[in-house]
Amino acid sequence: MAEQHSEVDRFFVREQMVEAMPPPGVRRGAGDWFRRNLFSSVPNGIMTILALLFLAWSIPPLIQWAFIDAVWEGTNREACLGPDVGACWAFVKAKFGQFIYGRYPIGERWRVDLVFLLLAAGLVPMAIPSAPYKALNALFLLVIFPVAAFILLTGGFGLRVVPTEFWGGLLVTLVVAITGIVVSFPLGILLALGRRSKMPAVRLLSIAFIELWRGVPLITVLFMSSVMLPFFLPDGVSFDKLLRALIGVAFFSSAYMAEVVRGGLQAIPKGQYEAAAAMGLGYWPMMYLIILPQALKLVIPGIVNTFIGLFKDTSLVLIIGLFDLLGIVQFNFTDSNWATPQTAATGFAFAALVFWIFCFGMSRYSMFIERRLETGHKH
Amino acid sequence: MSTQEGASAVAEEQARIAEEVRAMAAKDQPAIEMIDVHKWYGEFHVLRDINLRVKAGERIVVCGPSGSGKSTLIRCINRLEEHQRGRIIVDGIELSDDLKRIDEIRREVGMVFQHFNLFPHLTILENCTLAPVWVRKMPKRQAEEIAMEYLTRVKIPEQAHKYPGQLSGGQQQRVAIARSLCMSPKIMLFDEPTSALDPEMIKEVLDVMVDLAQSGMTMVCVTHEMGFARQVADRVIFMDAGQVIEQNVPAEFFENPQHERTKLFLSQILH
Ligand SMILES: Nc1ncnc2c1ncn2[C@@H]1O[C@H](COP(=O)(O)OP(=O)(O)OP(=O)(O)O)[C@@H](O)[C@H]1O
Ligand SMILES: [Mg+2]
Repeated sequence: MAEQHSEVDRFFVREQMVEAMPPPGVRRGAGDWFRRNLFSSVPNGIMTILALLFLAWSIPPLIQWAFIDAVWEGTNREACLGPDVGACWAFVKAKFGQFIYGRYPIGERWRVDLVFLLLAAGLVPMAIPSAPYKALNALFLLVIFPVAAFILLTGGFGLRVVPTEFWGGLLVTLVVAITGIVVSFPLGILLALGRRSKMPAVRLLSIAFIELWRGVPLITVLFMSSVMLPFFLPDGVSFDKLLRALIGVAFFSSAYMAEVVRGGLQAIPKGQYEAAAAMGLGYWPMMYLIILPQALKLVIPGIVNTFIGLFKDTSLVLIIGLFDLLGIVQFNFTDSNWATPQTAATGFAFAALVFWIFCFGMSRYSMFIERRLETGHKH
Repeated sequence: MSTQEGASAVAEEQARIAEEVRAMAAKDQPAIEMIDVHKWYGEFHVLRDINLRVKAGERIVVCGPSGSGKSTLIRCINRLEEHQRGRIIVDGIELSDDLKRIDEIRREVGMVFQHFNLFPHLTILENCTLAPVWVRKMPKRQAEEIAMEYLTRVKIPEQAHKYPGQLSGGQQQRVAIARSLCMSPKIMLFDEPTSALDPEMIKEVLDVMVDLAQSGMTMVCVTHEMGFARQVADRVIFMDAGQVIEQNVPAEFFENPQHERTKLFLSQILH
């Protein structure tokens, strides 16, 4: 073999250095994009065509139903009767107040609006990384807002008292979901740290808590809270139903969160702990500054998964007689004033859309954060 | 103007260290003292009868075959590993179960690892200022000035705002050294700082270590870089099977090894 190599192959000294050149121009244009992304190979092309066929089959009827044949105006069922009627959006429009506030007294609904507004005012700047005053913002969201929301929603201080039985719709969904998220995130982190603690008592308690709540279905938790709890409480002492649901949901998702976070903690190399310890950092600064930022970043998909699961699980509060968004939509199907063949489909579509907007928003935001936290670290 | 301040701050620190080294030497207090230290991993007797005195300002190189317990020995000095028998006294403080005292020792003892162990989610500068700010409670501005000074000393000030993942191995290890120095430690421990590096990067790290050795830092280095040992070490310690087999000044150690195992090891490592 070696003999066959020419002189040039065996002996080479570069005489001219190659200067750095810009990368070859990126080809642009629609045609090129289609070729690269949709028809790069035969199987790929077949999949593209099948997908297009599926869309052609499914999208037009959906548009027909949701927009073209849909009924937008009307005050009762008459509007939505007929052979070729699509979605009955008039129903959603008429019941919109209930879907958002439940049976919250109409004259007091501004209080709920104010709470939503305060929440948005706190959340939006918090979510934009470049917005200033993050510490103050967090203080507002985690301390001032909850207190203000509690007073505004339940009443007192001159405001009319509105018992939680009257709350409903999106209000209940958001109250349960947000409380669940705000409690389960820090509690989950503490439980995950506890489960890895060197102190046997802490570890044992954490494991017991996690396994207890993870081991029972949420429905059971909610049922027990409303059926069993009264047996243990003295007569006359009652525990607010919504509060029970809140605690149940928060603890339940904390257990899940703990396991997600623990997965992240386990992925952090031992060297990180050692480097931090060798500097003289104590346990909490080490966790706060070094370990958790990396561990949490790793498990963002899992965390958001848990949040989304929690958000959708709020619907289960229906079984203890609380009406979340889905519950109140379903409840309104029984209104004979709006009994039409399209009522249920439209109501479910509306509820699904609202849930989807929130969950998709969380998902997109988490992807944005993940990209932002990318630091070029290769494992 | 800020570099000026940083430079003077570093100069002050170095003067303080030199002063401390003199004071300790005058009192004849060793920087590190290990007396009859033993350690086991389960049934495995990994450190046996270790007796070691490191004077302030002394530079020790530890070598020996793989698995001989070198890492374990130096990790016992800042309690990353716990010894089970004997006494270890660092900077006048005895290592015990008292966590406060352990953190006190760790503040004064810098450590450089084989795999750098930089914090990947923080920039180079943040890596360097973290401990001074959080452990020494130094104002952030001052910590940054000192960090820039040390990054200049290890010749990578221009990388300060990059993340570790964007640096070469040699650069990362130099950052790791600068990061330890930012705590102005009295003692520096090195655990095979160059053995994860490509040959051409080894020199840039060794240069920094030589520079540090010449500034009077107390150093314990586990390394197989015999050139470095010859150049800066006051003493070379050879370990095998968890015990110190032989120790001597470098010239004697390399020219005239006494123990059979030392001879064998040196013949293997020096070809
Ligand atoms: N956590 C541990 N549990 C059990 N055995 C261990 C543990 N860490 C190290 N050992 C064992 O202890 C012995 C000494 O390990 P050590 O890491 O100190 O060796 P070393 O001299 O640093 O070797 P190297 O040059 O390969 O780094 C080895 O035999 C190793 O297998
Ligand atoms: Mg080792």
